Parts: sequence; C-alpha cells; structure tokens
Amino acid sequence: MNKNILWQSVVLAAGLFAAAPAQAQTKEIVFGMQCDRTGPTEIVGSNACPGVHDYIDLINSKGGVDGYHIKLIDIDNQYKVPPAVEAFQSEKQAGAITMAVYGTPMIMAVAQQCQDSKITCTSPGFGIAASADGKLYPYVFPLAAGYWSQAAGAIDYAKKQLGGSLKGKKIAYMFYDNPAGREPLPVLHDLQTIEGFELTEFAVPPPGLDVNSQALDIAQRNRPDFVLIHLFGRSPSLALKALKGNGYPLRKVIGFVWASAEPDIEAAGGYAAVNGYNTIQFAGVGNDYPVSKEIIAMYAKEGKPPPKEMQASVYYNRGIAWAALHVQAIHNAIVAKGGAAPTGEDVKHGFEQIHDFTLGGIVAPVKLTAADHEGGGFVQVWQVEGGKLVRKTDWFRAYPEVVQKHVAAAAANK
Amino acid sequence: MIHREAGVFKTTYAADMALFPLPIARKAIGGIIVLLLAAPLLLGEYGLSQLNLICIAVVGALGLNILVGYTGQISIGHGAFMSVGAYTAANLAVRLGLPFWITLPAGGLMAALIGAAVGIPSLRIKGLYLAITTLAAQLIIEWTINHVPFVSGGAQASIPVPKPSLFGFRFETQRELYFPLLAAAAVATVATLNLVRSRFGRAFVAIRDQDIAAEITGIDIFRYKLLAFAISSFYAGVTGVLYTYYLGIANYEQFQIDVSIDYLAMIIIGGLGSVLGSILGAAFVTLLPILIRVVMQDVGGFLMSENTLASTIPNLRLTVFGLAIILFLIVEPEGLNRLWRNFRNYFRFWPFSY
Repeated sequence: MNKNILWQSVVLAAGLFAAAPAQAQTKEIVFGMQCDRTGPTEIVGSNACPGVHDYIDLINSKGGVDGYHIKLIDIDNQYKVPPAVEAFQSEKQAGAITMAVYGTPMIMAVAQQCQDSKITCTSPGFGIAASADGKLYPYVFPLAAGYWSQAAGAIDYAKKQLGGSLKGKKIAYMFYDNPAGREPLPVLHDLQTIEGFELTEFAVPPPGLDVNSQALDIAQRNRPDFVLIHLFGRSPSLALKALKGNGYPLRKVIGFVWASAEPDIEAAGGYAAVNGYNTIQFAGVGNDYPVSKEIIAMYAKEGKPPPKEMQASVYYNRGIAWAALHVQAIHNAIVAKGGAAPTGEDVKHGFEQIHDFTLGGIVAPVKLTAADHEGGGFVQVWQVEGGKLVRKTDWFRAYPEVVQKHVAAAAANK
Repeated sequence: MIHREAGVFKTTYAADMALFPLPIARKAIGGIIVLLLAAPLLLGEYGLSQLNLICIAVVGALGLNILVGYTGQISIGHGAFMSVGAYTAANLAVRLGLPFWITLPAGGLMAALIGAAVGIPSLRIKGLYLAITTLAAQLIIEWTINHVPFVSGGAQASIPVPKPSLFGFRFETQRELYFPLLAAAAVATVATLNLVRSRFGRAFVAIRDQDIAAEITGIDIFRYKLLAFAISSFYAGVTGVLYTYYLGIANYEQFQIDVSIDYLAMIIIGGLGSVLGSILGAAFVTLLPILIRVVMQDVGGFLMSENTLASTIPNLRLTVFGLAIILFLIVEPEGLNRLWRNFRNYFRFWPFSY
C-alpha cells in the first residue's frame, strides 16, 4: 500500500506539470494548421497535411517568403470541437496570423474567434457556405469551390455529357444525410426548375456504409440519366461498388470533391473496376505539376524517395494548393507593407488580392475580393480512364448567378 | 480536501450541516476560490481558454454523474441532451431575441423535459438495456435536429448566436467569458454537493444500490428515477447552452455520440458518484491530450523530422491517452477521486502510518 500511494502521487504530480510553448522569433511568420489525422476523415488529413508541410518546407528551403521564414504549427483536432478550440488558442498564442482549419464543425466553432482575433482562417471545399460572402465573414476564406458551386459544376458537366440539354432527363442525387450532404439541395432544386430535369434524392444515413438499397433503387428502378454522389469517408467507394454491382454505368456517375480521390478509387476495387467514373476537383491531380517536381527534387537532394502521400495526389495536391494560397496571401501582405512584418489584418487584405495565381495549374484560377472569399467556385472534372485520373475539362464555373443567389440568401439569414 | 478532523466539535445544527465542516477544508476551498478568481491575472488567454473549456465540461460531467454515479442509471444520450439545450437557446436567442440569462435556464429546462421522457424506459429496464434506449434517444434527437428545419434553422443545421451580455456588458474575449463560465461551474458544483446530501440525493443512492429495497422503504421509484434523468439532463442542457454561447454557434455536429462517450469517460476516470471526481475527470480529459502533445513535441524533435513528427504525434497521442486511462484505472478503479483520497489519507498519518 505504501509504495503504491507514493507512486500514485508521482503520477498525480506529473499531471500538474505543463510545458511553456515557444515564442515566435523575428523575421518569422507563424502559420497555424489544424489537421484530422486520427478522426473519421483521417484519409484526407493524413494525405493533405503532408502536402502543406512539404510546400512550406519547399518555400523555406528557397529562403522563405520575401525573407520571412514560415513556421508551420500543425495540431491534430481529431475532427472534434474542443480540441479545435484548444488548437486555435494554442496557435494564436504562438503568434499565428493565418490558419488553415480542417473540418466543418471546427471552422464553425472558431469562425467567431477568427474574426475577434483578426486571424484569417481558411476552409477549402467545406465549412460555412455563407462564408463565401466576405462582408459577412471578413476573416473566413473558403478559397475553393463550396458544395453549391460543386453542385452547379456537376449539373453543367452532366448537361454537356447528355447532349447539351437536360430537359426531361432524370438526375439522381445520392448524398450523405447530414448538413454537408444536404447543403447542395437548394441549388439543385433551383437548377431543376431552370434546366427542366427531374431530380430524385437518395439519402444515405450516417455512417454511410449502407448504400445498397439506394444503389439498387437507382440502377434498377429509377434508372436516371446521370447520378451525382456527394458522400464522405468509406461511403463513396461502397456506393461505386454497389452501383457497378447493380449494373449502372459509372460513366454516368460524378462524385463531389470528397468522393473523388485515389483512396476512394482503390477502395472501390481499383482503377479498372471504376473505369469511367467522373470526379469533381478543386485542385490539380497527379504529380506532373512544376511544384510537384520541385518537391520531388527537394526530397531527392536529401537522398529520400518522394513522399508516399503523393500517391494520393488528389488530397496531397489540395494540401499544396491550400498552403500555396496562404503563402501567396502572406507574400501580398508583406509587399503591401513594404517588407515589414504583416499582421492578420494585412494577410486578410493579402488574400483579397489573390488572382491569376495558379502555380502551374495546380491551383484553381481563383479571384478573391473583399466581397467574394470563395474566389469564383472553379472546378475541374477528372475521369478514371485507363488506370489513372484524366483531366476532362479545364477550370470552369457554372451557374454563378444561382450560387450567388444562395450566398446572398444565407447572408440575409445570418 | 485536506482534513484534520481531531478536536473539531460542532455545537449547532448549522455547523453540523455546513458544506465543509472542517476548518482546514474551508481554508483549502477558500484558497482554491482565490486562485480561480485570480486566474485572469495569472494566466494568459490560452490558459484561460483551457479553464473555460474545463468549466463547461465540469457542468456536463456533474450532471452525468448525478445520473450514472449517484442514481446508477446509465445514459449514452447526454450529447443529444446538450444539443437540445443548445438549439433551444439558439432559437430563443435568434427568433425572440431573448438574453442569455433567460435562454440558459430555458435550454436546461427543455433538455430536462426531453431527458425525463427518455428516462421513462428506465422504469422497466436496467443496465445495458437502458444504455441501448438512451443510445436510441441520442440518434433520434440527432436525426430530428438534422431534419426539422424549424429546429435546426436550415440545411446547415447551425445557428449563429449573438454574444451574451449582462447589464449592457458584452462577454466577448476568453477573459470576459471566464467569469460567467466559472460562475456556472461553481453554481453547478455547489448545487450538486447539496443535492446529493438532500432527500433527493439519498433517494438516488438508495435506488442505485438496490432499487427494490428502496421501493420497499417508501421511495417513489417512478418519481425519483425520472427526476434523476430530468436533473441530469438539465445540467446537460445548460452545458449545451454554455457551449453555444462560448463558440457563438449551435451546431449539432458538436454534440454527437462521441461527446456522450467523452463525458462518460470523464466521470469514470474521475470517479463515479463523486463531485470532486467529476471536476477532476473533466480537467483530466481536457488537459491530458494537450499535455501529451506538448511533451511529445518537445521530446520528439530530437528523434525524427518535423514532417514525420507531425504525422506521428496525433496517433501516438491517442495511444498514450488510451494507455494512461488503462493505467489509471488499473491503479485505482474508483478513479481520480479515490486516488486523491488515498493520497490524502496517507499523509494524514504521515510519518506515523502504522
């Protein structure tokens, strides 16, 4: 009992100790990031976040941004809200002036604090739909096509594939039954009126593993002319398997951005199995971009093979694009300040000056302004063809007026 | 707390019924209160934000402990009860423009109502079976919030709320939010301390220990079981409201099943049926992952590259967190509260232990 108690008190004492975080140095810019490498969407975080790291390493190896070294702080939020709040505060304390926040509930949880602390927070491809309105959320930047723009892009692509008109056609929308999954519905309903197609909704209840009845319904009974799938995690691969298994041609299926990566394709049985499947992308795919080659060269110089995360280039490149937009904003901010250290407010203005910044095609040609924090909602469609993803369209945006209408409506609702 | 009980004589009923009858306990509590009140002077914004998160978690953990620890009725639906409170408060605040001192109890009361309804199966079933019905409640409430736009406020199921204000003062920064949250945690703590030694608390404990015996001795099982669910859910609802105002938004994804599990972890680690245990558990579950991360960042830098470290830490953190919980529960299955009592009892007779 005696010894027991003594070492119990040691454990208790160890619990009381906490280390002090390091302070930021001069000529250094702190860039905070939240990842999900252990939560439900770890497949995204564990591939996209190394992309951010590698791009920042690349920039630092070239002397940083205008002489400023970028310090990247990476905290895992496990796709949970309290750790996200903690991570935000921890990175803020370390002096972060700009942050990449992963996860819709997480960006929602910290959006108000981003604004209060004047720290720019970015959430590409997820997050608060209305934050595309920069006047409403001055410090939140979705940066990439949100679900509304993705829905518009998917319908536009379907229209082109089906001969230029959707009149009288049937389109099925298979979605994860949560707020993110239902978000595109109002836009789809509007487009239904405009284009005259018949929309059928197929909700997949969380956790999204039971997709067979919906797939059977789509393939055997509804028989639509095109299928939109907006699913997350394990769900997309299962949906693809089920649709194919029930005899629906994947050439007439298009996946939204979180159903469109190499791991999904592999989990669905490999490239041969899902040949023809269309995917929507908001960053480039593959490792042929100049920046990808630079990263491979950087690794080669240290005598290392290219990072294994490059295999999942869809997510990895999103990480690169994500980091690159931050770096570009920081660069704009430093230029605007004439070389002085920028503040969070300067970085906000830096973001709002970004246009025609494509980094050799890996980043969409976004044009951010004080009013538009989404940057136009550009997407590309890539198709699984002959064992790899092949680009089918250039960057395009569809039905911007419809998307804009909904952004305005959400803004009025806030 | 640290007791020196010899020579303390009580001459009045009031002294006998005091919350902390021993002078040393009163002094220790006084010291802790002073420290907590001085925290804004001692801690930076980061430290305060952690205290704020702990304060919120303390309210929820206390509530869950009343139900699980004191009454012996398990609930895996507390995350959902929090969301009931959160959405009630957010809707009242946004649609009717009510201030937070009305929406706070209103959110709690609505959660109590729903919680009592969910508690009805507890009259017939126990243990694992009850766990499943509360799990069902969690899913039903999540589904309802998700699919009823009147509740959820639209497809995104999230409602931004204005910052709370009292007498024209707006609570905005972590520093300003600290005192309201501390007050909520303090009120919850004192209320629970008093509840568990009242007629209600004794009835709860009697039901936990042997419900048939309790019924034979005249305790109205129907009433007290539902009351336990209602009180516990009230705490959960208040936690949800506090969260909503703290974050500035109500979002159902903040209150999913893993939150229910996290709170169960807090009270199991802290100690079932103990007020101090709830507080220690809430602090432990909030702080341990941060501590592990900080230590690993400092140590890990010597062992591997920054990039590898970044992808290793999150996974290691989960592993170490799990191991730490197993370790604590092997060392002391009755939780941190018992650990503290053992520690205290050891030093009570030290150095004359035997």
